[in-house]
Amino acid sequence: MAVGCIYGLVALGFVLIYKATELVNFAQGDLLTLGAFVCYMAVVWWGLDYWVGFVIAVVVIGAFGALLDRVVLRQVIGQPQFAVVMLTIGLGAMFRTFASVTWGSEIYTLPTPFGGVWTIGGVTLSHQYLSIIAGTLVLCGVLYAFFNHTRLGVAMQATSQNQLAAYYMGIPVKLIFSLIWAISAGVAAAAGILLAPVTLIDTNMGLAVALKAFAAAVLGGFGSIPGALFGGIIIGLIELYAGATLPEGFKDTAPYIVLLLMLIVRPQGLFGTLTRKKV
Amino acid sequence: MRFPFKTSYNQDIRLFRDRVDVFWYGLLAVAVLVLPLLMDEYYVGESTWVFIYGICGVSLMVLVGYTGLVSLGHAAFLGIGAYAHAFFIMHGAPWVVAVGLAVAITTACGLIVGLPALRMTGIYLAIATLAFSVIIQEVFSRWESVTHGFAGMKVDRPVIFGVAFADDRSFYYLCLFFLVIVLWLTRNLLRAPTGRAWIAIRDSEIAAQSMGVNLAIYKSMAFAYSAGVMGLAGALFAHKIAFLAPDIFNILLSIQFLLLVIVGGLGSLHGALFGAVFVALLPPLIAILRDSIPDSMAEFAVSTGITPVASVGAAVGAFLAKPGVEAGIFGLILVLVILLEPLGMYGRWLKIKLFFSTFPMYKASTFKRQKSYMRSERLR
Repeated sequence: MAVGCIYGLVALGFVLIYKATELVNFAQGDLLTLGAFVCYMAVVWWGLDYWVGFVIAVVVIGAFGALLDRVVLRQVIGQPQFAVVMLTIGLGAMFRTFASVTWGSEIYTLPTPFGGVWTIGGVTLSHQYLSIIAGTLVLCGVLYAFFNHTRLGVAMQATSQNQLAAYYMGIPVKLIFSLIWAISAGVAAAAGILLAPVTLIDTNMGLAVALKAFAAAVLGGFGSIPGALFGGIIIGLIELYAGATLPEGFKDTAPYIVLLLMLIVRPQGLFGTLTRKKV
Repeated sequence: MRFPFKTSYNQDIRLFRDRVDVFWYGLLAVAVLVLPLLMDEYYVGESTWVFIYGICGVSLMVLVGYTGLVSLGHAAFLGIGAYAHAFFIMHGAPWVVAVGLAVAITTACGLIVGLPALRMTGIYLAIATLAFSVIIQEVFSRWESVTHGFAGMKVDRPVIFGVAFADDRSFYYLCLFFLVIVLWLTRNLLRAPTGRAWIAIRDSEIAAQSMGVNLAIYKSMAFAYSAGVMGLAGALFAHKIAFLAPDIFNILLSIQFLLLVIVGGLGSLHGALFGAVFVALLPPLIAILRDSIPDSMAEFAVSTGITPVASVGAAVGAFLAKPGVEAGIFGLILVLVILLEPLGMYGRWLKIKLFFSTFPMYKASTFKRQKSYMRSERLR
């Protein structure tokens, strides 16, 4: 459930960028890794408070995401989607190398204030997992409120629906793109920090999560925000049950098998809408 | 500048454009045939990678560059080919039969993957093939009666009709032979109606459909052909690395193949070969640089008296020696190529050629991209 929430959060990042700019960001998982590392640096090396580290990491990675959009991805708008996919794959490889050169290939543990457990009716709930679920809920609540009740959020929705119309209405589309990248990268960083106590921090933590988050995003229908979260939770649960009940080896592949079946049966996902081009 | 004088429509689809072309390709063939006799055996072995990657590149070029279907899971086909070949060899099948069966099995797998792929486009297809490759990799590590799992599988050098291809030189010629066969087959397919149908699908599915191209047939044909060629590459790959383990055929290898076709130049067979040269020779180049830069920089520092140069050289050497740097360099090159030269190395080659053939008259704007607005792929 908790891991599913992480998948949901990362999938949310994919969906935000896809909805707005029609780019698919394969480097999302590596942004997650970078977020976790920045938080680790802030907390352990500089001795800051966990929450301060959290905010610093989210802001730094968010700013980095905006910069990425401004400098690199702005150049490829209008090129085929495939080129952009490869571009983000290349960026992801660069980030991974950057992380492994800077922080080495050791595994780090991020100290968190969530050490205890609650026992409710015989069920033990660790604070770490609860923190992930609570963090996901809070982030989603904030994003929901932002998109529906602020001028900027509504402008972002308008941009993702029709850029040209949004531009005519006086919305600074380029700025909105950068902001969406910032939000998406920030969400990835937050997911990385929440995940850090569970999986520990190493340079490849993002890749595995990102692949499953993809499955989640497709399951929910690329382009649907509630779908992404829902898909993430479903993928998390599938992984859990496959690991518990099916033979060894199915834990890691079950999400992909479900994904393939989903793509064959209903390619637009659970919450997606299919559109046809009119000639 | 040469102006071909066209007297018949067949001239447009000839295998070679004119006699000058034949001359240059002939020269290339002679060079490739003679070179291994002059080179050190180590370099012959490294150049064999160029041919194997070349076959992989042709396979992916047909799918990505000519049909416009993106696959992030081609390493799985390579793995299927390699394992099938090794399995049949181990069970005593003659080499030619084993290769034939490996190619047939991968073609069938390509067809099976291609069928659901007919309903998807763009990013969905990429994700589906990615999922397929993850599943196949898991199958490789779990199906121990065939693949021996993580214990691995040893593959000896091929023996064909009693002739052993034991040393690197003879294996070089074997790979070269298959590359030429694959190139010839693919070129013939591409200049036939099949190839034109593929290109039409790439440029616009709706337009192709309206012109009477059967999307289902041609797309699955592209998938099956691409997978089959990959299976052949897999058989050679198995002999080349001599030891199969499931974690070789991971996503990073698939990404490396995509890098190959993009850096080489999408939509041309030349591009697949340029890309193969690049991908096969970059890792040895990095290794050479890693070993030589600190020393040469230190010598330079001593001879000129500028001492900081030596420490810069040492730092560069240490940086290149860190694990995982190679992937980062590949990533950086990929990003730079997509941003600066979307047509890849072959595109750059065409520009250079045009510059010299039209010498004082070259205009950079010949290749200037037209202003492009965002094209929505949400509405197919």
